Amino acid sequence: MPDPHREHFPGPIHQPPLVANLEAIQPHELVHLPHHPKLQHHFDDMAQQIDASTLGMWVFLVTEIMFFGGLFAAYLVYRHASPEGFAEASHHLNVTWGAVNTIVLIVSSLTMALGVRSAQIGAPAKTQVAWIGATMVLGATFLGVKAIEYTDKFTHHLVPGPNFHWEGKHPAPAEIFYSLYFCMTGLHALHMIIGLGIMAVIGTMAWKKQFDEDYYTPVEVAGLYWHFVDIVWIIIFTVVYLIPTAPAGK
Amino acid sequence: MSDVHVDEPGAVVEEHAAPHVHHPGPREYVRIFFILVAITALEVAIYFVRDTIGGWFLPILFGLMISKFTIVVLWYMHLKFDDRRFARFFVMGLAGATTLYLVVLLTLKTFLD
Repeated sequence: MPDPHREHFPGPIHQPPLVANLEAIQPHELVHLPHHPKLQHHFDDMAQQIDASTLGMWVFLVTEIMFFGGLFAAYLVYRHASPEGFAEASHHLNVTWGAVNTIVLIVSSLTMALGVRSAQIGAPAKTQVAWIGATMVLGATFLGVKAIEYTDKFTHHLVPGPNFHWEGKHPAPAEIFYSLYFCMTGLHALHMIIGLGIMAVIGTMAWKKQFDEDYYTPVEVAGLYWHFVDIVWIIIFTVVYLIPTAPAGK
Repeated sequence: MSDVHVDEPGAVVEEHAAPHVHHPGPREYVRIFFILVAITALEVAIYFVRDTIGGWFLPILFGLMISKFTIVVLWYMHLKFDDRRFARFFVMGLAGATTLYLVVLLTLKTFLD
């Protein structure tokens, strides 16, 4: 049977192109696959939506660095002004509780990372909720330990203010130390409480099966927030609990 | 991003592609967890033998703190695997904050006397 192309166009046979010339495509020729129900109208696709949300969270985290950075700078200034006073005051901090809380937060970072992954791979809702729930339990444990530490400070009149009582040689620097201690750990604890609220919302969304391989943005950005709170504690533990202490035995 | 191709003559399909995730698996996360726990244990151990270490106490402790910070940011926060723009943005912010507070500390002559 004669080839119609050969009849009209003698010479080599031209195969139709596999990929169309995109500039020649008219809008009415585009056939859109159904959008993901969670895709916002101002994004091209889910990947762009996730990228935008993640970048937004990183912008927020940079502002948080500035926020906590100010506190750490204030701490450095006062510690430099009175190293003996800060060393004396820090003897009342419990390094063991601080270390326990560090481990608790590291475990919570692991459970959070696994929670994010379970959402990314579209694991069953039960699995997602289990990891998020475990993260919440560990976050609450951290706050419980913090409450024990705060109670000890209240009992020993180490809360700055009219009831502050210090029997050491440097009462004024000690009061400044505990002001900064409560500011830094208190604001960190506030971030933890906010994180627990976020986790409660994320857990509820996971329970309602709202996350899948294409839509897991809330878990991803909540995870970033949670890990950031973890790294702030890593710095607080080193700077406040471990460093200002005078040499052992003194 | 969108992949555009021809499925049949006259019909162009625009796919809303699923994001490609190249994040670590559970085994890698657990490995990172054990590394973080080991560094924390080392920090606490160094704290209790700080007299023996002497002047190295602060540099070692800061080194361990920075390594923990970096590990969490790179692996758990996925900066090692995600779009480079996030990493650039974060490093820029971190450098900006550090510079700002160094200037403040120097203005107050914190480390000059």
